[in-house]
Amino acid sequence: MSKKNTTASRLSSQYQKENRTAMVWKRLKANRGAFLGLIILCIMFLLMIYSFIFISYDEISAIDSKNTFQDPSWEHPFGTDEMGRDMLKRTIYGSRYSLAVAFGAVGIGMIIGTFLGCIAGYYGGWVDNLIMRASDVLSSLPGTLLGMVIVTILGAKLINLIIAVGVSCIAGFIRMARASVLTVKANEYVESARAIGMSEFRIIFTQVLPNSLSPLIVTATARMATAVLSAAGLSFLGFGVPVPNPEWGALISGSRNYLRFAPHLCYFPGLFIMLMAFSCALLGDGLRDALDPKLNK
Amino acid sequence: MSMKNENAVVEQQVTELDDDVVLDVKDLVVQYVVKKQVVEAVNGISFSLKKGKAIGLVGETGAGKTTTALAIMNLVPDPPGIIKSGTINVCGHDMLNLEPSQLEKIRGKDISMIFQDPMTSLNPVMTVGEQIAESVRLHENVNKQQAIQRAMEMLELVGIPGERAIDYPHQFSGGMKQRVVIAIALACNPRILIADEPTTALDVTIQAQVLSMMNDLKEKFNTALLMITHDLGVVAKMCDDVAVVYAGRVIESGTLEDVFNQTMHPYTEGLFNSLPNIGKRDTELKPIPGLMPDPTKLPKVGCAFADRCRYATDICREKTPEPRFVSDTHMIACVRYDEPDFSIEGWQNE
Repeated sequence: MSKKNTTASRLSSQYQKENRTAMVWKRLKANRGAFLGLIILCIMFLLMIYSFIFISYDEISAIDSKNTFQDPSWEHPFGTDEMGRDMLKRTIYGSRYSLAVAFGAVGIGMIIGTFLGCIAGYYGGWVDNLIMRASDVLSSLPGTLLGMVIVTILGAKLINLIIAVGVSCIAGFIRMARASVLTVKANEYVESARAIGMSEFRIIFTQVLPNSLSPLIVTATARMATAVLSAAGLSFLGFGVPVPNPEWGALISGSRNYLRFAPHLCYFPGLFIMLMAFSCALLGDGLRDALDPKLNK
Repeated sequence: MSMKNENAVVEQQVTELDDDVVLDVKDLVVQYVVKKQVVEAVNGISFSLKKGKAIGLVGETGAGKTTTALAIMNLVPDPPGIIKSGTINVCGHDMLNLEPSQLEKIRGKDISMIFQDPMTSLNPVMTVGEQIAESVRLHENVNKQQAIQRAMEMLELVGIPGERAIDYPHQFSGGMKQRVVIAIALACNPRILIADEPTTALDVTIQAQVLSMMNDLKEKFNTALLMITHDLGVVAKMCDDVAVVYAGRVIESGTLEDVFNQTMHPYTEGLFNSLPNIGKRDTELKPIPGLMPDPTKLPKVGCAFADRCRYATDICREKTPEPRFVSDTHMIACVRYDEPDFSIEGWQNE
């Protein structure tokens, strides 16, 4: 008996620690693309932390009228902009806004949208109707317009920009979550969960949601790039991060006037947005595979 | 119409079975309403089950067997299903008049159910150990580690090494999955187990293994079993009592001996005649002609089986058969037995 006990405790601790997280981690590492995406995102986060510590706001906003529109050089690897500010520093400094918008907005959209979508899909009937019609209204409004309204009401601050972009991607998540919940809830294991006396709420979050997660993860990673771009659009219109702050989207839109003779001004922020979107997509794909126990090799 | 008479029957059963009864179903009527069409799935089924005994619910596809089982758990999908009338008593609880939170306490603890297809009745993203432990933790005040230990013991009990608790359902074969499903159902030692065609999705050798394992566990835990099947062989192996269901009614019931050896209802006779005889391989099978009547268009009066019955006369279409007891245990619902010298040919003679 004691032997059995120790086996059980060994297995159960193994179970909690190793089995879940370590398995996902192991599979993620085995997927080279996903691992690459993870590394790029990590580097971006490190750069962001670096910017918090070593780059002051004065440093990126000080005007140097002698050195405007310089091409990339050793002194200014990304060149300088129309006011002679170093683009490398500005881009790195801007990562805090763009990463916050990408993860914050998609996070808000995903959490609220998935929750509502699950409820709608699982319960059906009038609840479903109410949520879906509300989401129809939400998705019939142009995202930019909606964002402008929200920012106007709440004020032009980073957090409000995140909320604005987040709200405009809720509808997509509701739709996606509802569709996959509808297919998952018809499975017999949901019924047998009921038959062992599980409560409806618990069924949604332990049985239905984990099985409908993979399309949501893919949507979320795809939305991250769009979120940065819509935030950029709002910033451009003056409804986002206030102008001198080097949000990536704002950097690109600010550079459009000089595209002909100083294209490097949009190359580098654009490259960063692209890299982030790309690595998010890779990571999301890998994460979806890693979370699916059936693809275990 | 036959309500009064069936009540009398039920009273008789209850007085006969008294205290030991763990499951009692009376006059259960379940309908599915789809676009103004009413599917009469169950039309007044009554039976009861004693502690530690096994009853078999036998019938064709669409006879209302699974609906009965779901109604007992109060899990009939609503909409479109409606439990129109009847009472269901599970270990003293009136299942049809309980709050959802109370139902959740009874399901899994007092009464559990095994579903037909083991391939789809396990959650693919949870390890089997977690799934068994989940059932334990819902009903018993244990911590995670104790629950997992219980899960491993349950796995050992159904013949799977406990170490495999950390594996996922797709790493098991069909027969092993069904064992896991049984382990989940029995994890809290329920007093009643409903098995809805538990071996239909398995191949024959595995069927035999799973059935004998279920039999052992039933003896060990003294669990009452409601076996839903269309396989008469399974009934013969597992059950003490049999109820033959046709178009949502019990048309013949009794002990295994009553129904198998003193078959009286023409439909039951037809079921036995449709089985191949291993002794006489050259004889032709005699299937029951026709199909089950459309459950949206069941006859209002008369016997639902009349159109397929080779003994049917005009009276069968005019008079609804009412249950009659031919012995203490043996019940049949057939109008022809009004005639004192009526008898069927019987299937043993073939």
